[in-house]
Amino acid sequence: MSAPDIKSAACGSSVAAPIRERGQHEVFCGLTSIIWLHRKMQDAFFLIVGSRTCAHLMQSAAGVMIFAEPRFGTAIIEERDLAGMADMNDELDQVVERLLSRRPDIKMLVLVGSCPSEVIKLDLDRAAQRLNKVHAPDRRVLSYSGSGIETTFTQGEDNFLTALVRDMPEKSETAPASLLVVGSMADIAEDQFTRIFSSLGLENVAFLPARRSTELASIGPDTKYILTQPYLGATVTELERKGATRIEAPMPLGEEGTTLWLRAIADTFDVQQDKFDAITGPGRERAKKALTHYREQLEGRRVFLFPDSQLEPAIARFLHREMGAEIVEIGTPFLHRKITQPEFDLLPDSVAVSEGQDVDKQIERCRAENPDLIVCGMGLGNPFEAEGRSTKWSIELVFSPIHGYDQAGDLAELFARPLGRRAVLEVAV
Amino acid sequence: MQLTIWTYEGPPHVGAMRVASSMTDLHYVLHAPQGDTYADLLFTMIERRKTRPPVTYTTFQARDLGADTAEIFKTACREAVERFKPQAVLVGASCTAELIQDDPGGLAKTLDLGIPVIPLELPSYQKKENWGAAETFYQLVRGFAGGRTAEPKAEGARKSCNILGPTSLGFRCRDDIVEVQKLLVELGVDVNVVAPLGASPADLTRLPNADFNILLYPEIADTAARWLEREFKQPCVRTVPIGIGATHKFIREVAALAGVDPEPVIGSEDDRFSWYSRSIDSNYLTGKRVFIYGDATHAVAAARVAEKELGFKVCGLGTYSREFARDVRAAAKEYGVEPLITDDHLEIEDAIIAAQPELVLGTQMERHVAKRLRIPCAVISAPIHVQDFPARYSPQMGFEGANVIFDSWVHPLTMGLEEHLLTMFRDDFEFNDDAKASHLATIGGGGSKSGKAVQNNGAPEKVIEEPANDMVDGSPSWATDAEKELKKIPFFVRGKARRNTEAFAAQNGLALITVETLYDAKAHFAR
Repeated sequence: MSAPDIKSAACGSSVAAPIRERGQHEVFCGLTSIIWLHRKMQDAFFLIVGSRTCAHLMQSAAGVMIFAEPRFGTAIIEERDLAGMADMNDELDQVVERLLSRRPDIKMLVLVGSCPSEVIKLDLDRAAQRLNKVHAPDRRVLSYSGSGIETTFTQGEDNFLTALVRDMPEKSETAPASLLVVGSMADIAEDQFTRIFSSLGLENVAFLPARRSTELASIGPDTKYILTQPYLGATVTELERKGATRIEAPMPLGEEGTTLWLRAIADTFDVQQDKFDAITGPGRERAKKALTHYREQLEGRRVFLFPDSQLEPAIARFLHREMGAEIVEIGTPFLHRKITQPEFDLLPDSVAVSEGQDVDKQIERCRAENPDLIVCGMGLGNPFEAEGRSTKWSIELVFSPIHGYDQAGDLAELFARPLGRRAVLEVAV
Repeated sequence: MQLTIWTYEGPPHVGAMRVASSMTDLHYVLHAPQGDTYADLLFTMIERRKTRPPVTYTTFQARDLGADTAEIFKTACREAVERFKPQAVLVGASCTAELIQDDPGGLAKTLDLGIPVIPLELPSYQKKENWGAAETFYQLVRGFAGGRTAEPKAEGARKSCNILGPTSLGFRCRDDIVEVQKLLVELGVDVNVVAPLGASPADLTRLPNADFNILLYPEIADTAARWLEREFKQPCVRTVPIGIGATHKFIREVAALAGVDPEPVIGSEDDRFSWYSRSIDSNYLTGKRVFIYGDATHAVAAARVAEKELGFKVCGLGTYSREFARDVRAAAKEYGVEPLITDDHLEIEDAIIAAQPELVLGTQMERHVAKRLRIPCAVISAPIHVQDFPARYSPQMGFEGANVIFDSWVHPLTMGLEEHLLTMFRDDFEFNDDAKASHLATIGGGGSKSGKAVQNNGAPEKVIEEPANDMVDGSPSWATDAEKELKKIPFFVRGKARRNTEAFAAQNGLALITVETLYDAKAHFAR
């Protein structure tokens, strides 16, 4: 049992000519990533500086989470702030003061920029510096932009991680080589990988984001990092600026993706092939077994992916290679070539790719192709279902644990479920 | 700047979207940054709408700000009109586009679209969703009905009316209009136009043909109804038919304007509410303390039904509708409570805790607060949730609406007969406060008086004790016998008994609560 070799598996797709579209983008803005970031980082509070629209977006997208006292909120800019009747910086300081005095459990406050705060050029970096003078080191204040004019959905996490990397301490020169695993993953998947790393003999492993703000890893030229999420282009730039080196691999989704991902790490840290095979063998077997349950439902099915999280190329690769699905179109809000190349290496040349969106035109293309399954956002799902088509909400791909061997079956099930449900139901629309 | 975790109302452009989505053959072109399209899911997910809402967003990005966002708007507007072929187009800006001041109205006029363009000015940093909906509906009504005259009617023709206010994402609007139209059919009154829900711009041009208007949702249609009143001398029925009394009043008002006899409709056999409320099992409803919060229309109606038709006692009344605060203040005065005019959900939670209600009637947020506090609750108002679009017919208005209200407010409460049984069996060996539900009995040691006695897998079960004998910030402490006596009080009123007794002891400067204090307090608080 050995890992598949990327080169022999390659079909050499180089995404020569993606369709580039500039029209209505039916995607969330970067603020939405706060929904999983605040669950991931358990002592952080995300304070959006924005409008009523931002607050309304968060409660609409976060659903029931909002009914608990969540660790995110919005400082709503009002008419008097814009008219200069109130000094916005003073107002913000007061909001922060009230918030922190009510929530002593918060160790990191993150100021998140929005469309209105960007347009009026409210400088949140400076606000963070000012607030740090008061609250650091007990409570750190950080800022990044999650605005829709600058970020699409998962790019909010990209900007947050970039801000965290800027804050990472420099590693001492004598420290041994270390591995940094970059990108939010469900805790359960992270724990599984931690066990595998430890069995492989990797000792210095850290995750970004860490579960607590106080556990930020140090970084230096001996830091090797690997991505678990493909949407981290700005984070990559910042990590490399700090001297860290990237380990290239497809995303750890599915049995094959996870193996290639782990293999790339193992190669970097000189783990012997037989040891690698022995450690990963049971996980690979479990994953393959789990995937066979769903392969029949997905094999030969034609799948159309609308742009959402930038996970689309990796998901398409998984569905094509491991589930035998045919990929009709891979839509992605942004195509980061360097990061997605390992995925395209495993996809056929013929696959259609679109970057950006003109939603009405894309809907027309999708109807014309009449795929068996449409992976799309919540605004489009029910209208497609009402036309008699099957859909999968793409938002579940960022909310559910999907990484690694033991979630490979769950990932396949996400796509098989709507098809299976359709087969079971004796009611029609 | 205001710190907000939860908002009862979205921004005003969402109100405009609700009006646009309610209507047919109308399209809304919204100048807005990428991400504002989230609002589509309110319609496709919460309301399970089968089509995308008729809204085109420009979704501009940072790189466009340096270039030409006005051109992006013009392109989006032109393409939307070509693609969707609406009778008319609404144009406007969301909060961010308002800041860049591209003037969508002016830009759309330069396009020669060949259809009416209704520009919307919705100040996002001052106003909210319901105001946005009301302003949009007013602009549409004015734009399409303005300058028209009523078609002449034959002498003795049946009277007709417009029904104003029902919208997409409104609380039970879908079913209310069916119920109200049923009443109108029985009265022999024709419905000219229902708007905005289901109307086209062309339908709005026919509004002047009606003899009078029925205003069902003032938050949405009051501005438009007042304009129609001034412009076309159309009188307006302002009684919102929620509850039996209001339904009767509504029928009489409509009948008076239409010149028909209301009595056959008032004596409707559809009214089960009245008999259910009079029947002896409902005796236990008397004086139940109810906390009410919602939009002004539903909150005021709920207070009236609660107090006058179910015999509850209103112990709190509030609204987030600042525009209609006056109505809520007047109602609060009538029921002898302080009006709560706020949209800060934490303030409302504190008010609920302080009021110690036995039932909460509120929005989804109050439902969650009540759940945390273990108080029965029913939802009476938007902002809404997928659960507020039940598959079954479930109006709030008219006779069937009253029946629905009886069920949905009374069922969460402990029923009359049950209440007696609970008291009778409170010390029973298998039916007591510590016992688990019978269907869970096999998991723990259900049916025992105390969890302590049960050895489950060798480990003593955890017994959750109520905090006792703790002197927190000078509050009175409980003597052991008083604590024991307290436990004899049924669990569903025990928390209240404890709070009342502690408040009584504190008021009277007692440091130790004895059995006597407990009963003194009971006498003090007796209704």
